[in-house]
Amino acid sequence: MSTDKIREILTSHGRLTESVDNLKDDSDLYQAGLTSLATVGLMLALEDEFDIEFPDSVLSRKTFGSINSIADTIEDLTD
Amino acid sequence: MQKNASVQHTQFEELLQKVHAVGKETIANHASDVDEKARFPQESIEALKSLNLMSAYVPVEYGGMGLDIEQVGKICHILGHYCGSTAMIFAMHKIQVACVVHHCLTVEYFKNFAKRLVSEQLLIASATTEIGIGGDLLSSFCCVEAHDNEFDLTKKAPVISYGEYADALLITARRSADAAKSDQVGVLLNKDQYSLEPISDWDTLGFRGTCSSGFVVTGKADIEQIMPIPFTDALSQTMHPYSHVVWASLWSGIAASAVGKARSYVKNAVRKNPTAPPISSIRLGEVDTALTTMKNNVAASTKEYADLLNANNPDAFSNFSFATRINNLKISSSQLLIDIVGKSMMICGIASYRNQSELSLARHIRDAYGASLMVNNDRIMMHNSTLVLMHKE
Repeated sequence: MSTDKIREILTSHGRLTESVDNLKDDSDLYQAGLTSLATVGLMLALEDEFDIEFPDSVLSRKTFGSINSIADTIEDLTD
Repeated sequence: MQKNASVQHTQFEELLQKVHAVGKETIANHASDVDEKARFPQESIEALKSLNLMSAYVPVEYGGMGLDIEQVGKICHILGHYCGSTAMIFAMHKIQVACVVHHCLTVEYFKNFAKRLVSEQLLIASATTEIGIGGDLLSSFCCVEAHDNEFDLTKKAPVISYGEYADALLITARRSADAAKSDQVGVLLNKDQYSLEPISDWDTLGFRGTCSSGFVVTGKADIEQIMPIPFTDALSQTMHPYSHVVWASLWSGIAASAVGKARSYVKNAVRKNPTAPPISSIRLGEVDTALTTMKNNVAASTKEYADLLNANNPDAFSNFSFATRINNLKISSSQLLIDIVGKSMMICGIASYRNQSELSLARHIRDAYGASLMVNNDRIMMHNSTLVLMHKE
């Protein structure tokens, strides 16, 4: 899937310390400044945008750790 | 990630009897002096070494007992009965041992270290917090400065429990000088590889025997002594759940000890006047309910963690609900400890308020207040307050 939408949401809700444009799809978002509080906002925005609900089993640091892992998870949920 | 298979049930029951024996004969006898002088419980730790308990969590193939987390928790609970500081030192040591056992036994250096843990009954301390960071274990200023096959490291640690008495030290630091604050590794240094310059003392209300002074650590070691996984993985898979499980276990031991004193007080009162039960018997029933809740919480969380270890799926540990439940164990156990010791004091009355008395609970109540402050409950609750928003039933 295209990661443009995820990057857009990360820009508005991720509150990262680095510009999202400078991040690769596999960059570690926690190292880019993602906090647990920002993860909540990010999750809610992703759920709204993609009309999905993240089940408890995927709610982990790993899921929100990179653009790629977010994309993979959303793909699994929308299949 | 490695895990231990449980040892035979009867063999383990025999070990628990030995821990009780050492607790009664040695640990309990020194507990008051350790507390009064805020000194390291040398005799008690030696007694634990005599039972080879320092390597209880080391797998059998390395010569250890190969106990599992539930069994280690039971030992912590028993030690909590006799001396909170000794139990805390043992529990903290076991957290570092678990980091080595779970994550490092692919590296020759750590394999040899595991064998030395058994043969020399080494005591491991840790320097995970740093001055200026504000208690966040997932950030470091200091860094590993590697050159050739060695590295240098200097860390200002506000607290290193039993630092002066340990044989090895697990230190967290940034991976390199240009690494992000959160890009951390753990390193394990032997006593002859670091020096400690004291920067603060440990004259506290409770847990006085843990001797948790602050130090500037300056060390030099081989790069093989760097743990082979990112520290954040060791934290989520081992240090975080393991520490809250062993701490809550020993706190339940302190609580059970307080309730034991309360029970003996009420029994005496009933002996004196068998026809009319004392008011305190109701209080005893009440405090027993709280103790049961506490023990059940510990048992449930310990089992959940043990099951995850057995399932051998490292990703499961970073699940937000698991982290929240483990945090809840810490918060509720530390609160219940204060509640239970306080209620036991109401039962025993002024005798428990005295320092020199069979029924004294002075040390218990002072230790109890430490539980909610070591990794401050408010910090944990703040973290949970965001995690619970994501939770789905």
